[in-house]
Amino acid sequence: MSAPLTMFLVFIAITLGITMWASRQSSGASAFFAAGRRITGWQNGIAVAGDYMSAASFLGIAGIIAFQGYDGFMYSVGFLVAYLTVLLIVAEPLRNTGKYTMADVLAYRLSPRPVRAMAAISTLTVSTFYMIAQMVGAGTLVALLLKGSGITYNWAVTMVGILMVAYVVFGGMLATTWVQIVKAVLLMGGTFLLSILVIAHFHFSLGEFFDAVSHVTDGGKVVNFLTPGLRYKPPYGALDLISLGLALILGTAGLPHILVRFYTVPDAKTARVSVVWAMGIIGTFYIMTTFLGFGAATIVGKAYIAKNGGINMSAPLLARNLGGDMFFAFISSIAFATILAVVAGLTMSASTSFAHDVYENVIHHGKQQSHADCVLVARITAFVVGAVAITIAIVLGPTFNVAFLVGLAFAVAASANLPVIMLSIFWKRFTTEGAVWGLATGLIGSLALIVASPSIMGIDGPTVALAARHLIQAKPLFPLENPGIVSIPLGFIGAFIGTMMSRVDDNSEAKFTELEVRANTGLGSEQATAH
Amino acid sequence: MQPDSQQQSPATDWDRIAHTDAFKDLMAAKARFIVPAVLFFMVYYFALPVLVGYAPDLMRREVIGPVNIAYLFALSQFFMAWIVAGLYMRAASRFDDMAKKILDRGSK
Repeated sequence: MSAPLTMFLVFIAITLGITMWASRQSSGASAFFAAGRRITGWQNGIAVAGDYMSAASFLGIAGIIAFQGYDGFMYSVGFLVAYLTVLLIVAEPLRNTGKYTMADVLAYRLSPRPVRAMAAISTLTVSTFYMIAQMVGAGTLVALLLKGSGITYNWAVTMVGILMVAYVVFGGMLATTWVQIVKAVLLMGGTFLLSILVIAHFHFSLGEFFDAVSHVTDGGKVVNFLTPGLRYKPPYGALDLISLGLALILGTAGLPHILVRFYTVPDAKTARVSVVWAMGIIGTFYIMTTFLGFGAATIVGKAYIAKNGGINMSAPLLARNLGGDMFFAFISSIAFATILAVVAGLTMSASTSFAHDVYENVIHHGKQQSHADCVLVARITAFVVGAVAITIAIVLGPTFNVAFLVGLAFAVAASANLPVIMLSIFWKRFTTEGAVWGLATGLIGSLALIVASPSIMGIDGPTVALAARHLIQAKPLFPLENPGIVSIPLGFIGAFIGTMMSRVDDNSEAKFTELEVRANTGLGSEQATAH
Repeated sequence: MQPDSQQQSPATDWDRIAHTDAFKDLMAAKARFIVPAVLFFMVYYFALPVLVGYAPDLMRREVIGPVNIAYLFALSQFFMAWIVAGLYMRAASRFDDMAKKILDRGSK
């Protein structure tokens, strides 16, 4: 099978071309880390959408809907509505008060070294979680697509890792942004085509389509896939659903790789316009997951997907069924492109956080370091992050649903990052201790609950295959798959108690007025660099 | 990259701006829009998992052919999000004008 390989190579060539172009454009730190703040509203909107529509959206959601019907669609809804939190609460204050990273907003009023160190740990954790999901998706995809060509899961993961490091090391934020834009356009086009083919399969009749969806044969029984509760069952299903909803709604506004995008535009108004562009694209995409997921359930069937690549391969298998091998290769290349672009965005935000927060402000006490040094540190971080992500993804193997894995990254972001971002914007009394405690309790709380949840802990019977066995063979200590409903309040409570236990911070309170004026008027905010 | 200590220009009189009526008006106008908007979308959004979880029979009721309330309610969330975003864009252009007036006066 050479068609898929050719398509992969064409996309890789295009993106590497963009990277080379970008490497000639960028000079200086603002160019490398924030694309010179010259990205326009619609461009950034498409790039935000590109950063956001990851393997979890295209492969993961389609898979959950194909296997568990309606409950999977709840991911789609939450992923879009979450942008209202970004739009109404976070985007503009963040753009007006920060510079390169999420931690800038915290360090504005608080003692920079401890909050930046904690925020960097949290950023790296969230990015790694997110990245593992992408790597798992890429690995399964390539292994399925190039079956028999000798490229295994491990090789695929390694290849993705090397490419992502190349984009970031050579191209910086400008290349990453343009790679996102190209990918977002491809992904929207591919998803639209696939949706049309699904509707055409049902003779362009939505009635016929939904009739089929309500009569899916699953394990010998006829099941209505529009009925909620196929994944989230009693007694804890309802709580799990609410917990997932909380993580999605509050997590997006705490995702480091989404937040850094708002520094690439000239001002807060453009940041706002870009969120609205992103919402238009993302919403349209998630409505189409109805056709991808239910289409795979009705046309391909759960049993076939489970035997041929598993839950994450629902959308590509649907493409093969409807459009033949060439279309399968096309859709798979798009999925692969999606993963590459998201992983590059994640690496970029992790590198920026390390260079700006840890290297410059923690290690060098905020003394200005040369642009070249910062960019060098970021490039080295990209290498290290790439190596770590490749290793974890290979160790973990291709078992988990990627939308579920990303859901956990959202839970960590919502628990650790969002509480301290909101409190530093809105709470005058907030102190350094409060920020450190909030970040720590949110981070540790969400991670501990994930480990204690039924996705990690469980007792498997002797018939369960080795790859599908739970990592810890014991009864789960926490009954929900999604930790948000407990860990998000923990993040807020940690920040609150940490603040109340510490002395009133006069500097923080004095700077609050400054932050408020700056966040709401844009006075003194970082300007775009001149041409 | 510049360190934190250089982020703000010392010449700016933040306190004075914060105490002007124009700035207080801006903050009040923003709160009047953003607080109800956030409450509304949170309630509308969480009504979905709550009803799906605790009123499954109601949500299973089929309204258009096999399409049930659960699916239509989920679909309506997309339009809700777009409408709230659209309303915010309109309100925000008013906030921009108010902010611009504050800054113009501040520079004199």
